[in-house]
Amino acid sequence: MATRRLSSLISLSSSSSAAAAAAAAAAASSLGSFGRFSCWRRGINSLSTSAAIDEPISPSIQIQHTQLLINGQFVDAASGKTFPTLDPRTGNVIAQVAEGDVQDVNLAVAAARKAFDEGPWPKMTAYERSRIMLNFADLLEKHTEEVAALETWDNGKPYEQAANIEIPKVVRMFRYYAGWADKIHGLTVPADGQHHVQTLHEPYGVTGLIIPWNFPLMLYSWKVGPALACGNTVVLKTAEQTPLSALYVSKLFHDAGLPPGVLNVVSGFGPTAGAALSSHMDVNKLSFTGSTATGKIVLALAAKSNLKPVTLELGGKSPFIVCKDADVDKAVELAHSALFFNQGQCCCAGSRTFVHESVYDEFVEKAKARALKRVVGDPFKKGIEQGPQIDNEQFKKILKYIRSGIESGATLESGGEQLGSKGYYIQPTVFSNVKDDMLIATDEIFGPVQSILKFKDLEEVIQRANETSYGLAAGVFTQNIETANNLTRALRVGTVWINCYDIFDAAIPFGGFKMSGQGREKGIYGLSSYLQVKAVVTPLKNPAWL
Amino acid sequence: MAARRLSSLLSLSAASSAAAATRTSLYSFGQFSSWGRGISSSFSTSAATDDPISPSIQIDHTQLLINGKFVEAVSGKTFPTLDPRTGDVIAQIAEGDAEDVNRAVAAARRAFDEGPWPKMTAYERSRIMLRFADLLEKHTEEIAALETWDNGKPYEQAANTEIPMVVRMFRYYAGWADKIHGLTVPADGQHHVQTLHEPYGVTGLIIPWNFPLLLYSWKVGPALACGNTVVLKTAEQTPLSALYVSKLFHEAGLPPGVLNVVSGFGPTAGAALSSHMDVNKLSFTGSTATGKTVLEQAAKSNLKPVTLELGGKSPFIVCKDADVDKAVELAHSALFFNQGQTCAAGSRTLVHESVYDEFVEKAKARAQKRVVGDPFKKGIEQGPQIDKGQFQKILKYIRSGIESGATLESGGEQLGSKGYYIQPTVFSNVQDDMLIAKEEIFGPVQSISKFKNLDDVIQRANATPYGLAAGVFTQNIDTVNTLTRALRVGTVWINCYDIIDAAIPFGGFKMSGHGREKGIYGLSSYLQVKAVVTPLKDPAWL
Repeated sequence: MATRRLSSLISLSSSSSAAAAAAAAAAASSLGSFGRFSCWRRGINSLSTSAAIDEPISPSIQIQHTQLLINGQFVDAASGKTFPTLDPRTGNVIAQVAEGDVQDVNLAVAAARKAFDEGPWPKMTAYERSRIMLNFADLLEKHTEEVAALETWDNGKPYEQAANIEIPKVVRMFRYYAGWADKIHGLTVPADGQHHVQTLHEPYGVTGLIIPWNFPLMLYSWKVGPALACGNTVVLKTAEQTPLSALYVSKLFHDAGLPPGVLNVVSGFGPTAGAALSSHMDVNKLSFTGSTATGKIVLALAAKSNLKPVTLELGGKSPFIVCKDADVDKAVELAHSALFFNQGQCCCAGSRTFVHESVYDEFVEKAKARALKRVVGDPFKKGIEQGPQIDNEQFKKILKYIRSGIESGATLESGGEQLGSKGYYIQPTVFSNVKDDMLIATDEIFGPVQSILKFKDLEEVIQRANETSYGLAAGVFTQNIETANNLTRALRVGTVWINCYDIFDAAIPFGGFKMSGQGREKGIYGLSSYLQVKAVVTPLKNPAWL
Repeated sequence: MAARRLSSLLSLSAASSAAAATRTSLYSFGQFSSWGRGISSSFSTSAATDDPISPSIQIDHTQLLINGKFVEAVSGKTFPTLDPRTGDVIAQIAEGDAEDVNRAVAAARRAFDEGPWPKMTAYERSRIMLRFADLLEKHTEEIAALETWDNGKPYEQAANTEIPMVVRMFRYYAGWADKIHGLTVPADGQHHVQTLHEPYGVTGLIIPWNFPLLLYSWKVGPALACGNTVVLKTAEQTPLSALYVSKLFHEAGLPPGVLNVVSGFGPTAGAALSSHMDVNKLSFTGSTATGKTVLEQAAKSNLKPVTLELGGKSPFIVCKDADVDKAVELAHSALFFNQGQTCAAGSRTLVHESVYDEFVEKAKARAQKRVVGDPFKKGIEQGPQIDKGQFQKILKYIRSGIESGATLESGGEQLGSKGYYIQPTVFSNVQDDMLIAKEEIFGPVQSISKFKNLDDVIQRANATPYGLAAGVFTQNIDTVNTLTRALRVGTVWINCYDIIDAAIPFGGFKMSGHGREKGIYGLSSYLQVKAVVTPLKDPAWL
């Protein structure tokens, strides 16, 4: 099924990929790359407001699950309260969702505690756990269309992006970590004396996972996948903007054989449900993805309560560096997607486009032209590159940053306004002549606003790229191996993409330097966020060797 | 030189074969405890009240060490460091505060950003660390004397066990410096993926007073091996030895600014370091309460990641099939070692009911034989507690044990009338809800409780917010395997205790800490992971 979708993706894809490699290779790489996705609609000319103001397409899916999922059952909130989740295309209510609070979190933690302490989850063989995860991945794949429709309805992201890229990546992530479940090895350790030393890599116990609204299911897979593979049980708190898809797929997970209590899903708000989970005395580990400001609060709550360790994936202001020897056309396209992908709502968005002065004017001209061609509209429509922003608050914040860019003297090359009059659509916006001290160059905007800055030499761009409290990612565009090597080491960021961007394979670790976070997700590194190390020492009598 | 000292240690040891003992004694606190067993006299108050032996060493360094130079505090202020044997002043020490921390961080920042430290080859860094280890070994006697004078721990313990372990740790991490490999990573498409393991930059290291140099080596060793630069904040009770050895480190070729040492207090210098916006990583060893404060300061400032090694209330479980004599001896040392001032102290001795009475009798007898006195004296097992604050806290816990109905089997009082000596104290019939069974006493007070079966002892052993370590004493492999997995602790010592080889990771579950120190695991506390991705054109394989 994924293959079918991928080939439909390829048929939409621009000609450069055809030149790059055979169809099989393209299929393989597009699965793991957001970057490729960006070049979908290069064929379609001009940004259309009409798409945004047409009557929204009705998704062909019923909302089945709106309650909390605790101990394998869908239940109402203890308070009986609900909150509305909204359609970003219109601001209309999609459904009323049970609103979890402290009491619900307590119930969910108790269920997860029981499933951990009394089993069956950590007492199963790792092979059995992996089989359930693989069953789940198969089910998920089978339901890709419904799941993608939910994701688009609740989040506003292009349906094709959800169905052809994101859900296949979620499936991929669960298969990846299913494969790790029975490969978690401890070490035997050389001792300085007559002792036998070994280490065990054990699950923490009950993990609290808090995910944001920009990639609801992707980040679900990044956290739930390794947490369960390592034998932990889970209480998941979804974002209040996007509660739907996690409930749907968690039901599938139970259909796949997951025992009750192993995975509990609490919809709700940060200051109530999120805070309750962060400061819970019986949660053994926390993993949070969201803003740096909230991450600091989550960490402080963990520190003040039971000192549960916290993995943090936070904000960014990632530099995208176009060197003088770069292929300008490719750099323009990648810089465009690095920023505009997912309506600009990516923690690792390439939100500071640094361009060498020798190619700057050409770059700005082409970046502007590319932005003007970006197809914005109803995300359920075919060929749409950009949907609405997530909600009114983000929408207003982004427009405020755009005004700030204009007022501070940056040159507005394109966009700058709301698109249409309904929902939260914003024109793809490009600023040139951006200075390092402008707000649009220092703050995380989290919207479709590209800021282009000029640089003179490598030393300068290294200094400026690092001159931020963030350190999530960087893009480097050059053909020169010395430049690539030099920048790779000098940039204080968790991921360096060279001549590419947003490559998110399951095996590639992701995480931040500095205030972009603590710890890594995905890959082998992601396992250690969900494993405790226990050293075991016993004396040796008359050993054959030391 | 170490070998010479080890043989002097052996002459005191009650251990079995000489060769085996040599190998284990270097890295085992547990073995060390059997020192005094040959000395049959009961613990003597006379040793404590004798005139204290004068250490044959001058105090050379009392200033802050910043950018390779000894300097006064910006404020000009000093504080006294005291001799725990008497409470007398040993020396006045420059008192670092926020301004001094700023200067130290600036020096460390420069040494990191502009080099030479992270721009040297790993081989060059390892050579400097190895030279330092050699120098340290050469000066073992002076250093051990400083450590004992400032901390009150037995000189023989410092000279024969701890300083050799410090030397060992620097050699261990020197060996890692040029073996820090990243990975190449299989991709899902036409990409070449690799990871780099990079130093964080400026690391802030905060160490306590119970093992000043040992914990110096646990943190400074891996931090420098990984290419970071360091600002070290020592405990106000024990500033002397770190200043002395850091001077040696510079003599070994360490460039200025790479390792800066700030003496001072937690709420001033410590807080300044924890909340500094230009420190990239923090590692703290100390109490759980202070650890929480440190973590909050890091969270509120620049979100620097924090490694925490905190308190414990570790169970020492003696099963029905245990060799009681060995179990008594190990349980004794698990608690009393270092005057009971050990985060991993086996401070809940849980004994199976079938051997309980015999165990209590023998534990009491062993405690009464413990040789307490001037730590500079030969054959001494136990010196004074670190300071008045701790001394009074411990006596308060002892009173609480008596008042709550535990049976005082031995000790319970101050020893002598000068300094901070406390009698080796044993309580039996301790119940789980008594303060002495729940809280970290950090003193020579053993609490013995009875248990009935494995399920019962697992549940009780885990019923604590701490999870640092556990001891298990049994000959039964099934019991071993069951307890090893069930105990929610970072280290399980089976038929041994306090084995802390350089390669064995150490750290806590639950509120005993975050992260691991020592071994290969300890490296990751000082390394950032950077993923690097580049497209492949026409790859020969994927």
